[in-house]
Amino acid sequence: MFLQMNEVAKRFDAHEVFSGINLSIEKNQFVSILGPSGCGKSTLLSMVAGLEDVTEGTLSLGGEKILQPGTDRGMVFQQPALFPWLTVKDNVTFPLKADHSKREKEQLAAKYLKMVHLTRFKDAYPHELSGGMQQRVAIARALAMDPKVLLMDEPFGALDEQTRHILHDELMKIFDETKKTILFVTHSIQEAIKLSDRVIVMGTRPGRIIADFPIDMDRPRERDDKKVIEMEKNIMALLEDEIKKVMKEELDYEAKHLG
Amino acid sequence: MKPSIWVKRIVFIIVLLAIWQGVYMSGYFPAIQFPPPTKVFQALIDGFADGTLVGALLASFKHLLIGLALAITLGTLIGVLLGKSRQADETAGMYLIAMQSIPSIVWVPLAIMLIGLNETAVIFVVVLGGTFVMALNVRTAIHSVPPEFIKAARTMGSKGLPLFFKVEVPASLPYYMSGIRLAWAFSWRALMAGELLSNGPGLGYSLRFAMDFAQMELVIGIIIIVGVIGSVVDQLVFSKLEKKVMRRWGLLK
Ligand SMILES: Nc1ncnc2c1ncn2[C@@H]1O[C@H](COP(=O)(O)OP(=O)(O)OP(=O)(O)O)[C@@H](O)[C@H]1O
Ligand SMILES: [Mg+2]
Repeated sequence: MFLQMNEVAKRFDAHEVFSGINLSIEKNQFVSILGPSGCGKSTLLSMVAGLEDVTEGTLSLGGEKILQPGTDRGMVFQQPALFPWLTVKDNVTFPLKADHSKREKEQLAAKYLKMVHLTRFKDAYPHELSGGMQQRVAIARALAMDPKVLLMDEPFGALDEQTRHILHDELMKIFDETKKTILFVTHSIQEAIKLSDRVIVMGTRPGRIIADFPIDMDRPRERDDKKVIEMEKNIMALLEDEIKKVMKEELDYEAKHLG
Repeated sequence: MKPSIWVKRIVFIIVLLAIWQGVYMSGYFPAIQFPPPTKVFQALIDGFADGTLVGALLASFKHLLIGLALAITLGTLIGVLLGKSRQADETAGMYLIAMQSIPSIVWVPLAIMLIGLNETAVIFVVVLGGTFVMALNVRTAIHSVPPEFIKAARTMGSKGLPLFFKVEVPASLPYYMSGIRLAWAFSWRALMAGELLSNGPGLGYSLRFAMDFAQMELVIGIIIIVGVIGSVVDQLVFSKLEKKVMRRWGLLK
């Protein structure tokens, strides 16, 4: 399998975030991860990126074990994290190695900025752009190093509803054009269903995978489609159980320690 | 800036000069202790015309430039060490804050005993005056690099020295500029303390010389020069630079 997780566990000192994570992701698949806050979605994504080390188990990409960050995995965070001292164009070419000629860099920047419809702003500085535009630059920057996998951690979480919908469409087009494999963390069930080929639902305490839904519906998917609504309900029910469990545990803890 | 602000400022200084002149004319203080503004102005003109003040200013700037350059260099090295190494910070960070709190004039006797009554001692005091505040600011500058910049850069394959120079250094530049501005301000104060007790040449030395010869108008004149240089250099050079960087970095609209 292309991106493979085998019995993956993560602990911070004594605190276990999750364990026994097994996941196989095919090439050119769009996979979303949903789960209650604190279940370890960001941690898992950071481990695939190579930013966090793996406590137990193995992660591999294209048969090679993931040990550290690399340009075969691009990441987009909730905050655009663009470098304010560089222009939009220079931000996009940042990940390109020195062995690219200046002209090649220009061409690549132009290509990816066109993909996110920001050609006009190539010489602007990040703070001159809106939040949605900054996030598009961040996507162009991650794509510029031509990664095999695109990791996205709530990339549209800080944006308003309209901008989010526009970026959904853009991301779908990019997904079609570039044939990337995308691992996408979100809190929005609708967003996950709208975009993904597959939705993974994580539970918490202990963190683990509780469901794995394939979504075989044609895109674009309408929100009022019967199948979409049905799927939304199923996932919602699963998540509500998890969230209730967390709430109950927290209340019990409070009662025990305060009462 | 709006012209009305300048009008207010000029009116303020005129009123101040008028009060000064009024107190002088009331005869409450003996004229030798309390010269009128015109005499101070004349003393400044004479000082510049015969070259004594020009020489003193040039000497002071020489001490300052050498001292500040050393302070910025040393402060940057210490600050980067403490900012990057947790070990070093835990060990020496506290002492750096203690050193920074020592007023520069305290170093003067030590410098004179160690080095002698010469210009090197003055420069030594200037270096001590600027180094610690520079180091503390560089340390803060490095600590304040947003972790998401580093994470993002690492996912793009940056690490080690290239990561430091391509991301951490530019990301900390705004705080670094504040550090330079403060180092200048502290060094300027240290310079005056050092020169005041030195054997010259320098503006501080001229000030004590004027005191020894009971030239009150020159004493006041030099105090004015010190104040004007301090604020003008800050406004025209360091504040401007700092603001320029902040604006480019999007920290200031
Ligand atoms: N560096 C760290 N040190 C210690 N604990 C950490 C660290 N990073 C994350 N954790 C813990 O790991 C758990 C999972 O965190 P993570 O950020 O992965 O959750 P998440 O699912 O992304 O949550 P959210 O939906 O709120 O973003 C949390 O309990 C968090 O406190
Ligand atoms: Mg998260």
